Amino acid sequence: MRLFRRLLSAALLLAAALLIAWAAPASVRAQTAGGDLAPALAKIAADSYSDTEAALVLLSASTNPQAGVIVAALSDGRLLVDPATKAVYVRAKAGDALADAATGAAVSVAPAGLKPVRLNNRVRRAAEAAAGALSLLAPDPAKRLEAAGAVFKSRDAAALPTLDAALAKETVPQVRDALQQAKAAILVTSSSASEADRLAAVNLVVARGDQEALALLANLPADAPASLKAAAANGIAKINRSLAIWSVAQNVWYGLSLGSVLLLAAIGLAITFGVMGVINMAHGEMVMLGAYTTYVVQDAIRTDAPWLFGWSLAIALPLAFLFTGVVGIVIERTVIRFLYGRPLETLLATWGISLMLQQAVRSVFGPTNKEVGAPSWMSGAFQVGQLSITYNRLWIIVFALLVFFALLVVLKRTSLGLYVRAVTQNRRMAAAMGIRTGRIDALTFGLGSGIAGIAGVALSQIDNVSPNLGQGYIIDSFMVVVFGGVGNLWGTLVGALTLGVANKLLEPFAGAVLGKIALLVFIILFIQKRPRGLFALKGRSVEA
Amino acid sequence: MLGLLGRAAKGLGALAAVAAVAGSVGTASAQETIKVGVLHSLSGTMAISETTLKDAVLMMIEEQNKKGGVLGKKLEAVVVDPASNWPLFAEKARELITKDKVSVVFGCWTSVSRKSVLPVFKELNSILFYPVQYEGEESERNVFYTGAAPNQQAIPAVDYLAKEEKVERWVLAGTDYVYPRTTNKILEAYLKSRGVKAEDIMINYTPFGQSDWQTIVADIKKFGSAGKKTAVVSTINGDANVPFYKELANQGIKATDIPVVAFSVGEEELAGIDTKPLVGHLAAWNYFESIKTPENDAFIAAWHAFTKNPKRVTNDPMEATYIGFNMWVQAVTKAGTTDTDKVIATLPGTKQPNLTGGVSEMLPNHHITKPVFIGEIQGDGQFNVVWKTDGLVPGEAWSKYLEGSKNLVADWVKYNCGNYDTTKNTCLGAAK
Repeated sequence: MRLFRRLLSAALLLAAALLIAWAAPASVRAQTAGGDLAPALAKIAADSYSDTEAALVLLSASTNPQAGVIVAALSDGRLLVDPATKAVYVRAKAGDALADAATGAAVSVAPAGLKPVRLNNRVRRAAEAAAGALSLLAPDPAKRLEAAGAVFKSRDAAALPTLDAALAKETVPQVRDALQQAKAAILVTSSSASEADRLAAVNLVVARGDQEALALLANLPADAPASLKAAAANGIAKINRSLAIWSVAQNVWYGLSLGSVLLLAAIGLAITFGVMGVINMAHGEMVMLGAYTTYVVQDAIRTDAPWLFGWSLAIALPLAFLFTGVVGIVIERTVIRFLYGRPLETLLATWGISLMLQQAVRSVFGPTNKEVGAPSWMSGAFQVGQLSITYNRLWIIVFALLVFFALLVVLKRTSLGLYVRAVTQNRRMAAAMGIRTGRIDALTFGLGSGIAGIAGVALSQIDNVSPNLGQGYIIDSFMVVVFGGVGNLWGTLVGALTLGVANKLLEPFAGAVLGKIALLVFIILFIQKRPRGLFALKGRSVEA
Repeated sequence: MLGLLGRAAKGLGALAAVAAVAGSVGTASAQETIKVGVLHSLSGTMAISETTLKDAVLMMIEEQNKKGGVLGKKLEAVVVDPASNWPLFAEKARELITKDKVSVVFGCWTSVSRKSVLPVFKELNSILFYPVQYEGEESERNVFYTGAAPNQQAIPAVDYLAKEEKVERWVLAGTDYVYPRTTNKILEAYLKSRGVKAEDIMINYTPFGQSDWQTIVADIKKFGSAGKKTAVVSTINGDANVPFYKELANQGIKATDIPVVAFSVGEEELAGIDTKPLVGHLAAWNYFESIKTPENDAFIAAWHAFTKNPKRVTNDPMEATYIGFNMWVQAVTKAGTTDTDKVIATLPGTKQPNLTGGVSEMLPNHHITKPVFIGEIQGDGQFNVVWKTDGLVPGEAWSKYLEGSKNLVADWVKYNCGNYDTTKNTCLGAAK
């Protein structure tokens, strides 16, 4: 750690020396290039939002290479002003090295009382637009793509010459398309362009086909020629038609995603309630304990081994399984085994356990939410057509299916699974065959609890990690297991996905509250018709 | 005490002796302490927010006792746990007043818990200080509201968005219960009075603890693509906020595209999320931890010392508790007694410096004057104040923008009434 710090400071010193050597010619170049930054910097130093915004407009048209540095520093909060001298400084991304904003020259002694330039959303928007205009010619294609998107949004006509220059030498097709769309966005809204150009631009925007294109077309200036307005209206109708189809796909995707969450939450219960017949009200708390295990693992990684962070979820998985599994076995051995065949007492006892676990977690970790971070491969989204798919939801679907099939293999292909099924179907016969049914009961309950624990690891990515985490899932879990058919894993899968998709297809029409009510009513009616759920199975619950 | 009892019994007849015993026991225990009730959930769903307020009251009692207590007596906290269970709030309130004989109660968070204890405080004539922003449309003789009324939070926030961000389309998103429903009703009426068309307002309600926000965030995105600047006014409560903000970040909605202004998201709620993708989203409060004043610095330092945790954040309802507690101490000192009627009569007009550099005053309608701040979320989970009202805004119990309440005023000094109809010059409620 200390060595690293020493290396860092040495590197910074070196950088500062280089900067000083470079500064003189750079400032000369800046003046000769005609990009005088002084008016913009004076406005920034005035420290009012509208002045800063005006300064950003000046900067975005500047040819001075320092302009990009200043804009980037401003949006990161690294642009500092000395209120006494009105001088503006840029702080380095790492460390505390300061540089003069106008020249880029390093400043060895930081003046006292430096204040960061304040930002609000208006300034931030202007900074995004300016950064877009300034990085259209950046060497990195990803940066150029981002810049094209920013210009598309800002429609700043001043960026047109740079845009043309960028288009002339662009080689990456994807970036080229984005640049052309950005240019089209400017042309559509600018009244100085020719009508033919603007019509062509409308077609380009329509081809983009997303909601931003829609916003642009709906927002044509009032003085636009009639032909343009007609083309835009046609375009809007066309985009709306295609978006309507995509929105069905989107709802189905959201439904699958909700279904996979339900599946994860319910799959442990499908073992403890479905297979064993224990009305386990503490199931949600097992999920909660799994989520807290993730938090503890991440906390340890943050303090001791930050480079492992990307693997934190993978490390938390087996630990959560073991921990909640053991808690489950302890609960089974100390409480539940005395209550088999007495569902009412089991319900009350497990509910009591759930309250105790919640309060225990509250006492140990405090009542507030804990932050569980997402590894980089789980953040963000990507586009499929007009469908935006977020990585965390995608991974949760994959993970839910993996857990489901792994559990299926355990139950169908291993000797433990064989014993579990045997005990479930006929306890006395299984005992007569020499299976230690008590031990199998404990292991099965531990397995169900462990699965709930690893569900908690996944759910920590999309929900609050708080002592109440489990309560939100317990009703849904029972709903899925009962609907799918008690004691049948496939039923749980089909039940979870059906309920998820049905919920999400209902939601746009009925709203979140009514949608949920409608679904509950449907399940009540369904259970009247088929009391054993979608896939009925013979088992201990049938005997009881 | 036994000696006193003995002497009294010797000197007087049997009947008089009993009366004397009762009297002497009463004064003896009152000389020891003044009891202060704390009615905040320490378990259940609301524990996340209310536990902090319990700690805040305990801290202020400790500080007051170091200064010698009130009226020469030490303060003693009586803490009960209503466990986020609304009927239990009423039971525990009754227990505090009748069994523990507390002089004042600091408590409640949700409106439904406040509504549940109201009849108890009226029947047993005691005092409740309520420290949380709420929907208004209420003023009770026994309750002092130190949190914001809608005109001290929601309406200035909407004004800010319309003026600074030029917002023309509004999403009013809330959790499905009384506070968001009433606040949104007021906001809708207010926006329409400012000329916003009905098709530019989208209202959306979600159940408590909603965790799947995909559809709603996609809807907001769609609503925001009509070419007009759009903002979300969020009355989403408690836990549901974290997944909501996570989904916004995941679907790439930045504050520069569609800003969200929240009325229930403070420093405490942000403690559970990575706020870097949320930078620029807004919150409207009457206090932020990041506001630099000597009073606030001292309060934060005392809070860190009391909780022995330098990372514990402070928030708006804590400041409201601070103001309420100090106003009560002042009123009791001025009245020279903890007698409920006298303290209630003394409280209006009491002035107390708040933590943001102003002086809040208890108004005759039992609400207080407060400054309004708009803060932007920062990368470190704190707020940067981007706008504030010029002076302090007096709290209005009844909204001017709702049909049912625009003629009503609450004034316990002039009219002795919480819902006085100014057109008919009558008090609608049963004034005591």
